Amino acid sequence: MEITFYLAAAVAVASTVLVITRLNAVHALLYLIVSLLAVALMFLTLGAPFAAALEIILYAGAIMVLFVFVIMMLNLGPQTVGQERAWLQPRMWAGPAALAAVLAAEFVWVFASGAASLGLGQAAVPPKQVGLTLYGPYLLGVEMASYLLLAGLVGAFHLGRRARRPDSTGGQNP
Amino acid sequence: MTTASVPLAHALMLAGILFALGLAGVLVRRNILFILLCLEIMLNAAGLAFVAAGSYWGKPDGQVMFFFILAMTAAEVSVGLALVLQFHHHFRTLDSDAASRMRG
Repeated sequence: MEITFYLAAAVAVASTVLVITRLNAVHALLYLIVSLLAVALMFLTLGAPFAAALEIILYAGAIMVLFVFVIMMLNLGPQTVGQERAWLQPRMWAGPAALAAVLAAEFVWVFASGAASLGLGQAAVPPKQVGLTLYGPYLLGVEMASYLLLAGLVGAFHLGRRARRPDSTGGQNP
Repeated sequence: MTTASVPLAHALMLAGILFALGLAGVLVRRNILFILLCLEIMLNAAGLAFVAAGSYWGKPDGQVMFFFILAMTAAEVSVGLALVLQFHHHFRTLDSDAASRMRG
């Protein structure tokens, strides 16, 4: 069972090194998603299925989609089509695909060999226990996290608007 | 104390390696988008350390802390990416050195 952890760890380190050495932001994003998937698999082998699911849904899903949105918004222009063509060369996504295939094979093997052994020598912490702890002793933290998310929402809305031109006359530009 | 077959030290070492890689990226890269990506790597490494420690003691507290890190990351990324958009709107570049001067 340990081999899954160390293999996923190797994939995570390799893809993270590739993230910080890529020149193209989209390629770096692909490798970062592979790195996050590897960390999610490690969470699964460490007996934390709730954290693994959150890692995939929120990190590799929501947050990376935000990055993709911003990268695509910054690349508006006539050169976008040529750039897309350059980005879609097969050898660009072959690396992330190979690393992700290693993770997928590990994932299938973990479940084929029995989900009961997921805890790596000790019992896995089920999502129910996490939820009870989250809304029990950590209730104040949940409230503070909700305030933080509200502040992030308001801040992103304020900063995301186009700045008013300083030479514009007569109050607020809608 | 039950001992996991993956020692806690190895998981923490891996978290340290990932954190160091993210820190190196923040220090080396000048593209502000890559700096944000490397911040993500560092936060993720911190979350990995929390989950590994929580798994070692068989308590859910590590995953709860990971949940809080996740919420903080979501807020940070939304504000950070809005700032990147404003940055690109003002300076027409993503070079963080372009904004090294304060005016005001």
